[in-house]
Amino acid sequence: MKELSLNILDITENSVKAGADLIFITLTETEETLTVSIQDNGCGMSPEFLEQVKDPFCTSRTTRKVGLGIPLLTLAARQTGGDVDIVSQTVEADPVNHGTETKAMFYKNHIDFTPIGDITETVCTLIQCNPHIDFEYRHTTLLGEVTLSTKQMREVLGEVPLNTYEVISWIREDLTEQYQSV
Amino acid sequence: MKSLAELAAIRERMKDKVVLREGVAGTRVVVGMATCGISAGARPVLNTFVEEVNNEGLSETVTVTQTGCIGICQYEPVVEIFESGKDKVTYVKMTPDKVKRVVAEHLKKGNIVTEYTIGNAQ
Repeated sequence: MKELSLNILDITENSVKAGADLIFITLTETEETLTVSIQDNGCGMSPEFLEQVKDPFCTSRTTRKVGLGIPLLTLAARQTGGDVDIVSQTVEADPVNHGTETKAMFYKNHIDFTPIGDITETVCTLIQCNPHIDFEYRHTTLLGEVTLSTKQMREVLGEVPLNTYEVISWIREDLTEQYQSV
Repeated sequence: MKSLAELAAIRERMKDKVVLREGVAGTRVVVGMATCGISAGARPVLNTFVEEVNNEGLSETVTVTQTGCIGICQYEPVVEIFESGKDKVTYVKMTPDKVKRVVAEHLKKGNIVTEYTIGNAQ
C-alpha cells in the first residue's frame, strides 16, 4: 500500500463485512507517534480466528475475507518500530458489547514510515459505498482536531441518503477545510 | 468547518429527487474494493466514477458502489456494470482515465468499450 489511508480503507472494509452499523476511525498523533484505531460494533472474531488473522499463510479459503489486510497493516507498523493490536468480542460471547478494535501504532520519524496520504478520499469512499453505516471520524494532531460525524449529518439530512453526490462533495470540502487549519 | 445549514439546503433541494430515484430500475457500477483492488488503485477509480456520473448528469439512474474480492486479483482494479435486461460487463485494469471513457461511451451512449473488458485482456 502506498499510503496509510489505503490501509485504513482496507481494514475498515473488514468492519463493513462484519456487519457493523457504527464504526469509529480515530487517528491520534504525538510528537513521535501516530496511533490509528478502527473500532466497530460488528460480529467480532473468536479467539482462535484472532490468532490467525495476523498470519497471511494461516488464512484458509473460507476465512479469506481477512486475507492480506491485517498482515500489510502490521508490516507498515512494524517497519517503523510500532505494532498492531486487535481486541475482539464475538456477538455470541457478548450480545451487547460485541465488535472489534484494530489499533496500529507507528513511529512517525522513522525512515520507513508510510505517509498517511489522502485520508479525506478514504472517508468519502467509505461513506459513498456504505451510506447506511454511521462513521465517527476523528484525527487529533498537535495543532488541533479534524472530525466528522455521519450521525450528526443524518439528523440534518433526514431521508436524503449520505451517498448523494452533493452530500459527498460537502464532506470532501468540509474535511479539506478542516485539514487546512491543522 | 462547513456549516450544517448547507446540508439542510441540500435536503431542501433533494426533496423531489429522492422520490424519483426510488422508482428507477437503474444501472449499477460495482468496484472491487478488497485488499487486492485497493492496493491496485480502486479508490481513485471509484471516486472518478462518482464524479463523472454526476458530470454527465447520470446520477438519477446510475449508482456507484463496491464489492469484495471477486477472485481475479491480477486484473484489479476490476469494475462490473450491471444494467437491467443486459449481460454484465467486466472492465479490468481500470484507471481514472479509462473511467472517463467508460462513463462517456458506455453509460452515456450505451456502447461498451470493448478494449477495456476482460474478454480483451485474456
